[in-house]
Amino acid sequence: MDYTILILGLPVLSFLILGIFGMFMKHRTAGIIGTASLAAVTFLSYLTAYNYFTTPRTADGTYATLVPYNFEWLPFTQSLHIDMGILLDPISVMMLIVISTVSLMVHIYSFGYMKGETGFQRYYAFLSLFSFSMLGLVVATNIFQMYVFWELVGVSSYLLIGFYYTKAEAIAASKKAFIVTRFADLGFLIGILIYGYYMGTFTFTPGEERMMQYSMMIPWALGLMFVGGAGKSAMFPLHIWLPDAMEGPTPVSALIHAATMVVAGVYLVARMFPLFSAYAPDVLHWVAYIGAFTAFYAASVACVQSDIKRVLAFSTISQIGFMMVALGVCTGMNPHEGGLGYMASMFHLFTHAMFKALLFLGAGCIIHAVHSNEMSTMGGLRKYMPITHWTFLIACLAISGIPPFSGFFSKDEILAACFKFSPVIGTIMTIIAAMTAFYMFRLYYCIFWGKENKELHEKHVPHESPITMTFPLMFLAFLTCVAGFIPFGHFVSSNGESYSIEINMSVAITSIVVALVSIALATWMYAREKQSFAEMLAKRFNKLHTAAYHRFYIDEVWLFITKKIIFRCISTPLAWFDRHIIDGFMNLLAWSSNESGESIRTIQNGKIQTYTFCFLAGAIILTVMLLLL
Amino acid sequence: MDIHILYYLIISTIMLFCGIYGFFTRKNLLALLISVELMLNATNINFAVFNRYLFPDALEGHFFTLFGIAIAAAETAVAIAIIINVYRNLKQILTDDITDLRG
Repeated sequence: MDYTILILGLPVLSFLILGIFGMFMKHRTAGIIGTASLAAVTFLSYLTAYNYFTTPRTADGTYATLVPYNFEWLPFTQSLHIDMGILLDPISVMMLIVISTVSLMVHIYSFGYMKGETGFQRYYAFLSLFSFSMLGLVVATNIFQMYVFWELVGVSSYLLIGFYYTKAEAIAASKKAFIVTRFADLGFLIGILIYGYYMGTFTFTPGEERMMQYSMMIPWALGLMFVGGAGKSAMFPLHIWLPDAMEGPTPVSALIHAATMVVAGVYLVARMFPLFSAYAPDVLHWVAYIGAFTAFYAASVACVQSDIKRVLAFSTISQIGFMMVALGVCTGMNPHEGGLGYMASMFHLFTHAMFKALLFLGAGCIIHAVHSNEMSTMGGLRKYMPITHWTFLIACLAISGIPPFSGFFSKDEILAACFKFSPVIGTIMTIIAAMTAFYMFRLYYCIFWGKENKELHEKHVPHESPITMTFPLMFLAFLTCVAGFIPFGHFVSSNGESYSIEINMSVAITSIVVALVSIALATWMYAREKQSFAEMLAKRFNKLHTAAYHRFYIDEVWLFITKKIIFRCISTPLAWFDRHIIDGFMNLLAWSSNESGESIRTIQNGKIQTYTFCFLAGAIILTVMLLLL
Repeated sequence: MDIHILYYLIISTIMLFCGIYGFFTRKNLLALLISVELMLNATNINFAVFNRYLFPDALEGHFFTLFGIAIAAAETAVAIAIIINVYRNLKQILTDDITDLRG
């Protein structure tokens, strides 16, 4: 598996080439360089996956964990050192496939979407940087390497959200995303330091006796790491950056803010899962509660948003909540007894990446056609954009959990795992799944059916996108159709043994019925020309509707906390102390040396007569002293 | 009938301190030069007097006096030349006003 180094090497190479020489290239050349390197990475990832999963299992029925590269980067003590390397195990190989596939599709799609934009080369350079960082994150051999790449994806996300750097909202959004995630990463870093201090290593598998000795500290370390994961994965209340991150170009939203980077938190929890389940089951259950609340909150907000990318952003938050819940409800390592959620979460991550990227790319086509994000400018687009329409419908069915699309299979596993843990959580998650179906079909009908905005469409007739944009849609739609039939449990499961997915009939039927009812409701409410019932509801529950439209004022709460409490009560006094006490002391030193210099410098006035006078006076004083003593 | 050595020394001391006083207080370059000459001649007198009274058989003091006079002449020539050039270029010879080279 020596070629795996190229998976990381090619994107960084293309980033350097495009970053340094991109200005001298034509748009086309730059795009081809970026896409070609990603295509090679995709090929290598698939080859890695093929080789990895066709290697026979070890004696205990698991796939061996391979480490093709690992070199010591920063040694601290004998056992505590930061390494850089590549680690292949079922989930990292699965993530390689997800990232490279979605990234390649986004690269191809961007040819059409970003055509003629200034900074086209810069865009592709950043995409390469992002791909490199994300791939480095998933193959990390230790928690610290993961942290390094974790920050790198944060930076590339910042750069890409702020791609339109002349637009004030984009700059504000990029800063918000960076600061919020960076703030959460503080927790991650402290968690890593606690982990490193007590476990004596940064690897994912500390020694048994160290773990027994310091088992008190493991929940703290893992809990703090989860704070970092919650920031990246937009868990409540750190989700505020993700809806704003939609200011970036739409393919970027598809790649970073839907399919790959935002699931890094889920991946982190999955990576630390053995420790979570053995030493910190309480923390793990808290992950589930936070995930469930986030899923519910985001789903309710998604029901009333009018910007299509915002709806998709909240739907992403909600779906990541599902993955977190699935991990959190695990009670053991055995997939047959309480470890099912781990597999379900990874499966949902896999299928969600495909259909959510598809939804975002579809939304990109729509925005490309009508030049607006607002639902009011759309409606009745199905006859103008048949390919976008059909692929979007497939993705909507998948996310709603309708068989045979991929979302059904993974969501069914999640719900089964939830019901196994507690019927309450199971019921809540089923309700959220119903809400998902409702808001996705509300979105679908408002875009493709409903009342057409004739005025606008006559002025500028919407058109289907070029092949570079529709090909990724069709490819991802194909994956969405077939991904559910992958025997996923065979490859990834909580203890590594082969697990065959069984459809839990009672759960499956309930969730399908609930989803169909929600879809029917959405059809009745939104598929018609006049949406009188929806308007009536909005008027009837005016306060609730306004609050949900403003995302329940969580952003305002954060602003209040930062501006009124942190800035005013902590930062202002600190700034005063710094400006007056610290700076004052330094200014005093400078002032006194300046003054003493001023007073001495008159002696050195360049007049020989003064010098000789001093000389004589000195000589006389010395003589007198000699005579007297 | 000899004059006592003390009288010579009093004269030369007065001359020396006149020179020093002039060197400190005068601003005119020519006055400074005159003051320097006064000091030099005071020492010349001392050389001659000490030689004459303390070591009547030796001649070194007298020679030093002669050298001193020669050096004083050369020094005066050089100094006068400098002062004349300063005057030509700057139109003044008062030390307080010649500040062109001050940083």
